[in-house]
Amino acid sequence: MTLEEKQQDIIDEFAIYDDWMDKYEYIIELGKDLPMIDEAKKTDDRLIEGCQSRVWLATDVQDGKMRFTADSDAIITKGIIGLLIRVLDGETPKSVATSDLHFIGDIGLQEHLSPTRANGLLSMVKKMKLSALKAAAE
Amino acid sequence: MAEDIAYQFDVESIRKQFPTLSQEVYGKQLVYLDNGATAQKPKTVIDAIERYYEVENANIHRGVHFLSQQATDKYEEARRVIQRYINAPLEEEVLFTTGTTGGINLVAYSYGELLSEGDEIIISAMEHHSNIVPWQMLCERKGCILNVIPMNESGELIMDEYRKLLSSKTKLVAVTHISNTLGTINPVKEIIRLAHDSGAVVLLDGAQSIQHMPVDMQALDCDFYTFSGHKVFGPTGVGVLYGKKELLDRMPPYQGGGDMIEKVTFEKTTYNGLPHKFEAGTPHIAGGICLGEAFRFLETMDLEGIQHYEKELASYAESELLQIEGLRIIGTAAKKTSVVSFVIDGLHPFDIGTLLDKQGIAVRTGHHCTQPIMDFYGIPGTVRASFAFYNTKEEVDALVRAVKRSAEMLR
Repeated sequence: MTLEEKQQDIIDEFAIYDDWMDKYEYIIELGKDLPMIDEAKKTDDRLIEGCQSRVWLATDVQDGKMRFTADSDAIITKGIIGLLIRVLDGETPKSVATSDLHFIGDIGLQEHLSPTRANGLLSMVKKMKLSALKAAAE
Repeated sequence: MAEDIAYQFDVESIRKQFPTLSQEVYGKQLVYLDNGATAQKPKTVIDAIERYYEVENANIHRGVHFLSQQATDKYEEARRVIQRYINAPLEEEVLFTTGTTGGINLVAYSYGELLSEGDEIIISAMEHHSNIVPWQMLCERKGCILNVIPMNESGELIMDEYRKLLSSKTKLVAVTHISNTLGTINPVKEIIRLAHDSGAVVLLDGAQSIQHMPVDMQALDCDFYTFSGHKVFGPTGVGVLYGKKELLDRMPPYQGGGDMIEKVTFEKTTYNGLPHKFEAGTPHIAGGICLGEAFRFLETMDLEGIQHYEKELASYAESELLQIEGLRIIGTAAKKTSVVSFVIDGLHPFDIGTLLDKQGIAVRTGHHCTQPIMDFYGIPGTVRASFAFYNTKEEVDALVRAVKRSAEMLR
């Protein structure tokens, strides 16, 4: 599945919700269910301090593919992280670095990636892309 | 209790004067409980802003023409309205600033110039970052020492510890009148009296007090008092610093520019008198005039009644919220204003706030620019509902319902 197909998949999943609370119910379930980062990897150098919630991000390159695991102390943030990882994990460095993550806006969650939201998600996406750029250059 | 609240205060007629309150967000009636961050504006203030830019706009203090003279008169009239409201002895003791932060920075910079190495400054454990960082910067610049009055678990300052911190080395005490996070009303009269006994001056951060209670500069006898226009139903970008004339006279100017000078030559410049010495450049003229309008509005309100009503709302909110399993109120001082900060065990404030937003409830979540308070309680943040006189018991009920629903979803 291409990165674009994965985004479309998520957009289709969210299309059934016309109520905000139902949408968030689903994000919360994603946050609860998804296996996240190893506790041992929750180190300060992987911590992204948001004003509101904290995010840990571990990046790796395996067989030419970007691998991401991440976690947050806030469950809604965690659910959105799950969606971002679903789209970006396993992609090539080039594909991650140049990705246009339009699905976030399409499913109505753009506010979570706004600079004023300060939940660490915008910084996380930037870090993901930077690590991909670095991997692509190597 | 509901009946009590209803008949003491005609809240519906007050709400009609605040157009922002009547809108829907996400298809739900807006419940605005973020008044500690900023207050909504009455129609009279909004009309004054529009009128200013439509027909009154001109620069002040320098034009000979009609509009300039009129704008100058209105700006200076606003200063007198504020002077009257806070019972400042002299109008030149009322300085227009950009807000509370601007006022504190002015004092930290300018009064700070009168301090020397080893002088001590006292703040408290419940200060907003705006009343911490300017003093840390001053300490770095001048080699002064910053001391902090600790607080107890309820969120009350420990006055015995304050007494111990005071000495002849103490030059300035800067404390908040009311905590933005905890709602604690500090015993500022006692704090001021003790500081004066030690020969120190006192700055009160009034950002959270002036909109909730009568404040009287002469009765308080504080040396500086500062607040933001936008939290007191006026425009953003404007605020006030009250300072005693004898202190302001001794202090050097904070910023140089137009309006603050008497005579400029390349050899030597002499400064204008108060308040202009501290008001360099073209000020926020519309802001000042319309802040005056906000105080005219407040003058029509029954301040004692407001205080009582807001307290009732907050107490009702606390008792209803406490029915929710695992919910704890952060800030349980005996003397509190209408701020209700809470956490729910196992749930992140950000998650609760996000879900409240989608139910039309506007609250603030996070550390509220008071990270030391969060460290003290060992929490990442709180959810804070802060009430104004236009809030209603029905809105409290909507908040409680929405918090319950959010907690159920997150558990």
